[in-house]
This record gives sequence, C-alpha cells and structure tokens, in this order.
Amino acid sequence: MASAPQIVIVGGGLAGLMAAIKASEAGAEVKLFSSVPCKRSHSVCAQGGINAAVNTKGEGDSPEIHFDDTIYGGDFLARQELPRRMAHAGPGIVYLLDRMGVRFSRTPEGLLDFRRFGGTKHHRTAFAGATTGQQLIYALDEQVRRWEAGGHVVRYENWEFLSAVLDGSGACRGIVAMPLSTLRPEAFRADAVILATGGPGLIFGRSTNSMNCTGSAAGSVHRQGAIYANPEFIQVHPTAVPGEDKDRLISESVRGEGGRVWVPKDGKPWYFLEEKFPKYGNLVPRDIATREIFRVVHELGLGVDGKAQVYLDVSHLDASTTRRKLGGVLEIYEKFMGADPTKVPMKVFPSVHYSMGGLWVDDADEATNIPGLYASGEANFQYHGANRLGANSLLSCIFGGMVCGPAAVKYARGLAKGAAALDSSVFDAARAREEEENRKVLARDGPENLYGLHEELGESMRKHCTVVRYNRGLEEAEAKVADLQARLPRARVPDRSDVGNQSLVFARQMENMLVIARAICRGARLRDESRGAHYKPDFPERDDVNFLKTTMARHSPDGPRIDYDPVECTWVKPRPRKYD
Amino acid sequence: MSDRTVVLRIKRQERPGSAPYWQEFEVPLQPAMNVIAALQAARKLARTRDGKTVDPVTWESNCLEEVCGACTMIVNGKVRQACSALVEHLPQPVTLEPMTKFPVVRDLCVDRSSMFENLKKVKAWIPIDGTYDIGPGPRMGDDEAQEGYILSRCMSCGCCVEVCPQVNDRSDFMGPAVMSQVVLFNSHPTGRLNRHERLDAVMGPGGIQDCGKAQNCVRACPKEIPLTESLVRLARESTLHALRDLLRK
Repeated sequence: MASAPQIVIVGGGLAGLMAAIKASEAGAEVKLFSSVPCKRSHSVCAQGGINAAVNTKGEGDSPEIHFDDTIYGGDFLARQELPRRMAHAGPGIVYLLDRMGVRFSRTPEGLLDFRRFGGTKHHRTAFAGATTGQQLIYALDEQVRRWEAGGHVVRYENWEFLSAVLDGSGACRGIVAMPLSTLRPEAFRADAVILATGGPGLIFGRSTNSMNCTGSAAGSVHRQGAIYANPEFIQVHPTAVPGEDKDRLISESVRGEGGRVWVPKDGKPWYFLEEKFPKYGNLVPRDIATREIFRVVHELGLGVDGKAQVYLDVSHLDASTTRRKLGGVLEIYEKFMGADPTKVPMKVFPSVHYSMGGLWVDDADEATNIPGLYASGEANFQYHGANRLGANSLLSCIFGGMVCGPAAVKYARGLAKGAAALDSSVFDAARAREEEENRKVLARDGPENLYGLHEELGESMRKHCTVVRYNRGLEEAEAKVADLQARLPRARVPDRSDVGNQSLVFARQMENMLVIARAICRGARLRDESRGAHYKPDFPERDDVNFLKTTMARHSPDGPRIDYDPVECTWVKPRPRKYD
Repeated sequence: MSDRTVVLRIKRQERPGSAPYWQEFEVPLQPAMNVIAALQAARKLARTRDGKTVDPVTWESNCLEEVCGACTMIVNGKVRQACSALVEHLPQPVTLEPMTKFPVVRDLCVDRSSMFENLKKVKAWIPIDGTYDIGPGPRMGDDEAQEGYILSRCMSCGCCVEVCPQVNDRSDFMGPAVMSQVVLFNSHPTGRLNRHERLDAVMGPGGIQDCGKAQNCVRACPKEIPLTESLVRLARESTLHALRDLLRK
C-alpha cells in the first residue's frame, strides 16, 4: 500500500492518546474520536500514580518483581505475556512522560520520587501530586495536539461511537459514529480501528467512574461478534465517598503515604487491616481490603456511626507534607464533604471502580478476534487478571497504546486492499443501519422511564454482582437484566430534539450496557470458585483445576454463550495468595 | 425523609442561535446533593415546576470530581463547576445559565473548542524527539516541579475566559488560561528551548498585550492557579523578546 495507513482510534483517554501518538509516529493518518474533549476523559480521575520498577530506593526492586506482584495480585488469572512486557517497559514509560514535561514529584536530589501502593512492598509508584492521571493525560493530549498541528491527526471530539463497519469477510473496515450535537450518523473508512473506550462502571449505577464510562462501545462490537473476556471480574475499590450522583474515589496513595483504616471498637480505634495483615497492613490489594471492610461493617456491625462507612485517617501525619503529596485527593474530600482530612478522619466505603474484564485481545498486539479491530486500556481484558493492583492502570493504558498503535499500522500496511479502495456500498449500508436505529429508538413509546430503568439496573448489579456473590442472587440479577432488555423498547426517549439529544444517546448506550451486564452476571454465576475480586462464600477457595481459565463470552440474542480458555502460567507458577 | 425540595431555574436554548428562554424544575432535595444530581433528577422527571412535560435539559459533565472541567456553567451568577456546587449551600431558586463567552450548542452546553485551538496556536507542548526509550528527562528540583504542577492543573474549563472583560465580541484575546500554559511550557528546561516560538505566538493578535489586568481570572479559577502572576511574567518575557528582536534588526 503506497498511501499512509488510515487508522481510526475511538477513545481519547491515555490508551487512545498513546495509540494516536505511536500510530502517527509510524506514519499513519489518524482520526481520533472521543465522546468528550480528550482532556476531560476518565483518565483524569486516576489520582495516585503510575508503577515503574526503577529501584531508586535501594530496595532491590526490578521489573520481574513488578511482574510477579502483578500476576500474584491478579490471583494468576492474567495471561502473562503482555503483563511481563508491561512491567519491563514501565521505567521507560515513566521516563518518556518525564521528557514530555509531566511535573512528577521529585526527591531532594532532583530525581523522580516514588511512593508505595497496594500489593507490593516496594516504592514503585511515580506521582504528580495526587492528580497523576490528569497530569499524564494532559501531557499525552499536548503531544497529540502537536501531531494534530502537523496535520497527522484529526480529532472528532464530542462524537459517539455507534458500531464497527465490517466487510463481507468479517474484517473491520471503519466505524459509524455521530456527533453529539446533530446526532447524524456518519461512516468513516479505516484500515484498522482501535477501541480505547474505557470501562463499563455505569452499569452499576453509582461507581467511581465518569459519566461516559458506559462500556457502550465494547458492548456494541461484542454484539457484532467480538469476544468479551472475564466479564465477572469487577474491582470494588475499598475507599470512596458515597454520593447521589457518583461515588468519589479516595486514592490508595492516601494509605501509601501512611493513611490508616479503622473503626471504633470498645471505645478505641481498631486498625483491623494492620492487625490481620501485619506484613502489608493498610496496603493489602484492593479485593482483600474491600472484603475486610465489608466484613467489619456488615458482619461485625462496626461501621462508623452505625452506617456503612469506616475511617480513613491521615490526621496523625504532618499536615504540610500530606498536603503536598495528596493535595488533590484531600481537596475533593473537602469540597464535597466539607471537612478537613488533616484534622478529622475521612469517612469512606468501597465502590465499584474498574473492570479487569473487557474485550478479548491476543497476547501480542491487543488485536480482537475481529480482523482489523484492536482494543486497549480498560476496554480490554488483559494485564490484571482477577484483581488489578493500584497504579497499574495508568501503566497498562499507556503501554497498551504503545502496543496496539504500531500493531494496527503494521496490519494496515499488510492489507491487500485498503479501506479507501473499497466500494462505498458497505459504508453507506452501515450508516443507513444506524440512522434507522436512531429513528426506531426515537419512535419508542410506552410507560417505562429510561433513567428509571438505569437506576434499577444499577441497584440490582450493586446488590448481587459486587463484593459478595451468591448463585441465587446472580441468577436473579441476570433475570433482572433480561427483564430490563424486554422493557427498554417500551421506554420513551423523553427528548424529541434533533440537537444535543442526550436521551437518545443514552437509550442507545443502555442497549449495549445491558448486553455487558448480562455477561457479567452469567460469567459470575458460572465461575464456582473465589479468585481475586470474584468472591463466593459458597465456594471460598480458588479452584485452579476447573477455573484457571479465561471466561470467553460470545453474544447471542438469547444471552451470552460462555466457554473457557486455559491460562498458561509460563513464568509465574500458581501459588497460594496470602498477604498476612 | 425530608420533604424539602430544590428549585432549579434554568436558562434554556433549543439550538445554536435560537432565542433563550427560562424554565423552572423542582426536585426532592437529597443529602449532600450537588447541582449535577439535581439536574439528573430533573431529567428523569422531564416536567417543569408547573407540570408541563418538556424535553430534558442538556448539559456537559463527566468526572464529577472537579478535575475534568466539563460541567462548567453559571450557577447563581457565578461561573464554576456544577459538580462541586452543593445545593444546600446555594440560595434558592438555583439559577443555571450557560457560559456567555462560548457559543451555545443547546441549553447549558457550550462549544469550548476555541480553548483547544488556542493551545495549538501557542504550541503548548514539549517538542520531544520521539517516544523512544532514551532515558529520563532533565533533572529538576522539587520546588520547580511543584511550581509547574500548579500551572499544569488547568482543566481548560473556561472560568477565567468567562470572567475576563477583555474576551468579548470586539477582541480576539485568547484568554488567561492559554497565556498561563505558555508560562508553564516556557519554564520547563526542554520547553524553554523553543520559548521564542511561543512568545511570537502570544505577541500576535489575541495575545498578551490584550490583557487588561482586571484580575478577575485569578479569582474565578477553581484550581487557584496564580493566573495574574503568569500574565505578568509573560508580559515581561514578551517585552524582553520584543527588545531582543529589535536589537537584532
């Protein structure tokens, strides 16, 4: 192919931006789609930092130990090729970000500073105050702007992805998307497409996720034949501030910098994590901390003020150091709760935070099972297994973009016939299908309330599909999703406008969210073991004989079809997972 | 359960260029409720206070933690992020209006793409050689890093642009946020290497000479970025830059 490869990237968070930079560098012309201006993507919510085993603190840290911590933290469910490459790429990635001008915190010698995070005993997390995600996305956004100014990248911000364009052979040849202003679907040709569209937190109603984390794009291509893997692995972060509109994350870095979790017991503070896990203390991995907080609150009835909350305390630490290292997080607590955490302990509770599961991609290129379609960042299932370690998400997003960007360009260069040479009929038909779908959705009538259905979904998913799972509850939850699928066509879209109609967009997203929700319920129902974030009191042990396997979900109109793909533990062999 | 409610008085607009109109919505007050949660409740209702079924209000929001900048609007006359505007602290009715310095798309949703275009004009990036693994960036003291960090928290939300009297129909002033970004990049050891390109950009139309020193920007910034300091620094830098150019001629 003589002309420049045409790459479409959907999603302007860290993974999408990094993929755009790498693809541009490899000589491609990139169209970058995002439902919000890239600077406002959910990556901004990451607070604590990014992992890289640079070993600047004389602790004997190394990428191999980082790799081992990642696999062990993920309870051995992660496929090992990409996480190993990621751990080794970590130091280079942090140095690259440093060169891009990220204002990381520094040591007195002027080197990058590193702090502690959960699931490791090493100072491995580089950080920029406590708004690291924001700082990293700004740096990548700026680099993409440079490529944009040079004419290599065209941004389509405030556009909603609707579906992939598949040719007669089933290969991905472009996308259909619509601007959120006019809502008129358009088809775009591409030699390869990268989805970096984030996680599906909104399926749970309230979570720590941003409002655009619907998982809709992944759900849409899943309905078109893309395999969705490990859907049941949903991380519930131990420390968030519950809210009506969303739960607000209080970063793990708060504990990394010395914050302590406690509840009053017999009139005295009880530091239950430190007592039970003397080696890791408050820095046990998230799945374990969350379950422990649940036990203390729900089983022992020791929640602060009799409510579902525990203390997260930094009031014993030096206030000015705490402000310098954790300012951004403390500010959020102050603004939304009206109390100063350096003086009074914060009140927190676990909240849905991250999906380890996502679109299935291969171990080399982050390629989905649909030729020409790639998935990166939280949207794919790689790296984190059954539980993600803190500060590995920023790393996996950026590393992922570095993997799939060049891979997509290479794939495009190998195509016998580029998308530009295809007959326009396939694109016209794809666009017409989406126009028709919009018309159908707008014509819906009935007594159901679109937003009410979403609340019902969130309530049921939070109740049955989070920290403690029972088969009966999971069956109930899937039946609930099926019921919502049946009722959605009777939910009138309350907005009739042809400009900025957010209800139409949400109605379309709901359809895809329900498909993913059902895969989450079914995957969890069928996995009769406990592993990482997936915990069933009726099956309390990890079962490597039957379930050291990736859950592979394929879509069908009557619900997901599930089978399993064994996980080969090439480097790190399974061992019991203990942090005490 | 409290039977207290919150009344939202919202300035609406159907489409770009159409005439604005006002509507009132009333929703139950929840504990620690912010303006976004109130808007969500009103959206579910899709009914005005006087019982008329209407199209739900359109607004922008994403992170709801005041780090993304999306939900910026005018709340009771003051431009700010709606997510961190707690209803209990606001006199009622709570008045919501779209920002006035950007074109309205619909209702509370405006088009702020000019802010990003301006970042492009002033080359607000570090021109790295490539993304290859060639080791760390320049060494830097923590104080210097922290100084940059403060400027680098700008969300491009547009609050400073909204309150700046110099941003108006008769001026092309790019606004305080973009100027402050120039200071950020010009102060970075690598960014400094091409500071003249950025200074050229801010000495052209819409640049630093359009600042009227009203100092509204620094008061409006939700991230407490010392914008006036940045503006003064940039004015000084660009004067020196101009002198240098003059002497070279």
